[in-house]
Amino acid sequence: MIRKIAGIETEYGILVRGAEQNPVLASSILINAYLQSVSAITGWDFIAEHPEMDARGAALRDVFPPEVESHLVNAVLRNGSRYYVDHAHPEISTPECASPLDVLKYDLAAEEIVRLSVTAANRILPGDSEVLLYKNNSDGKGNSYGCHENYLVDRAVNFDDIVQGVTAHFVTRQIFCGAGKIGVENQSQRRANMPANPFNFQISQRADFFEAEVGLETTLKRPIVNTRDEPHCDPRKYRRLHVICGDANMSQTATFLKVASTCVVLAMIEDGLFPQGLQLLDPVKAVQVVSSDPSLRLAIELRNGKEQTALNIQREICALALDYLSQNPECIGTESAQLLIELWPKILDSIHDRTDFALRTVDWIAKERIITAYAERHGIVGEDPKLKLLDLQYHDMRPAKCLAGRANLIQLVDETLVDLAINEPPEDTRAYFRGKCVSKWPRDVVSANWDSMVVDIGGGELRRIAMQEPQRGTRDLIGSLVDKAETTQDLVRLLGVG
Amino acid sequence: MAERIQRKSNAPVESNEVVTESRSESETGQRLRAELDDLLDEIDEVLETNAEEFVRAYVQKGGE
Repeated sequence: MIRKIAGIETEYGILVRGAEQNPVLASSILINAYLQSVSAITGWDFIAEHPEMDARGAALRDVFPPEVESHLVNAVLRNGSRYYVDHAHPEISTPECASPLDVLKYDLAAEEIVRLSVTAANRILPGDSEVLLYKNNSDGKGNSYGCHENYLVDRAVNFDDIVQGVTAHFVTRQIFCGAGKIGVENQSQRRANMPANPFNFQISQRADFFEAEVGLETTLKRPIVNTRDEPHCDPRKYRRLHVICGDANMSQTATFLKVASTCVVLAMIEDGLFPQGLQLLDPVKAVQVVSSDPSLRLAIELRNGKEQTALNIQREICALALDYLSQNPECIGTESAQLLIELWPKILDSIHDRTDFALRTVDWIAKERIITAYAERHGIVGEDPKLKLLDLQYHDMRPAKCLAGRANLIQLVDETLVDLAINEPPEDTRAYFRGKCVSKWPRDVVSANWDSMVVDIGGGELRRIAMQEPQRGTRDLIGSLVDKAETTQDLVRLLGVG
Repeated sequence: MAERIQRKSNAPVESNEVVTESRSESETGQRLRAELDDLLDEIDEVLETNAEEFVRAYVQKGGE
């Protein structure tokens, strides 16, 4: 097992009110307005981007790997994150974090950054026009955009073992990290025996869009386990498991649990301690069965011939994972380990019993409650536009318009720490080095990416600094050195790379 | 909001910090119901004015 370094990439839904709709332009204006407001200028360096590489072997034919769009705005922020236009959405990737609590903190900082961006963009947009952002994953009309997670995994582990182990977790974890949705966006995937409910409410925003068990694509034939093999660090030692099946969460508890539970499952797989008996017979069907059943009663077929509900599979994973975690808290850090040990079983019980705790921690349950109460009060049935608007505004990034903000969700991270994380990188990963250099020498750090940085050491002479180890470049290792260096020339000399 | 979990950086998580609210589960339940009623009373000010048009106009390009 290696320490689980992790991060989240979130694409936000975007609308411009009162002006012509061009989401690419709107996303560019949004991000540029923010960059100007904070005088950030370091661009992203695309030298190491290989989205066509497949974890099962070399580059594959006949698939459609994601394209790298290097011509659109793409910047490195002071907290070590990446802020860019991806297709037609603004997207932020958090910096690499050494604990799930830090992933949560930087995901919340990213929300603040997009809110600040909206304020900056609205100032320069003409008249009364304004940008609206939504932290969700679907427009309700068959178009989806992602919230991806990334986890550092030991390269020595066979990729098939990862797939065999992690799939059951990905299929069933939606019961606590699904964001909820009204309507079905992929009718061909639906089986006749799925239960009906009054508003066609389902647990996950994303479940409708998964059509394969394993694969490289992210926009077509989306797979439950993505095989992109682009480690962004030493490829002989590490993988980066790129997870595309999750929903973006408004609930802090859901984000934390999603990342923390997945970290521990991956650590168990690395140590050969994840049970073999939890392999699913038809994972793609199971994703949709679980999502379509807020009653949580339907069973999933396992490869060993048995049947289990998603909740019972989660209870089994949770019990084994907490046992593992009590022996190996260092895989996610003690603070996150303690919190996960408290929260995971409690959430599973609360979902089963629909207690108040579930209402305050699980997005789909909080959302379903608001929609149900509104429908009852106004005598609405079916997929009414008002109910769909409630669904959408649950994810609204404007505090005054955000229904999640009115749902009494439990906070795990203090707001003052989130505010600090807007401009301060995590101290215990290489993001510290990236963020500090970008802050200190915004003009001389010419470009940066996850695993290297190019600096101008004077007179246009460039040096590339390699950052192949995610757990180096920390405050402990290079903090005093970066503090001491007055120029980038000092920096490369002190680092011994000049 | 006394029982809201507000944690400071690096402060160890007390095991009863999250669990405390079970002691007043019914109290919390009552408060949550009251706050949901308040939300529903005020919701017209929160929601976009023309729901049908707004929801129809919310079209995104696929991402990722």
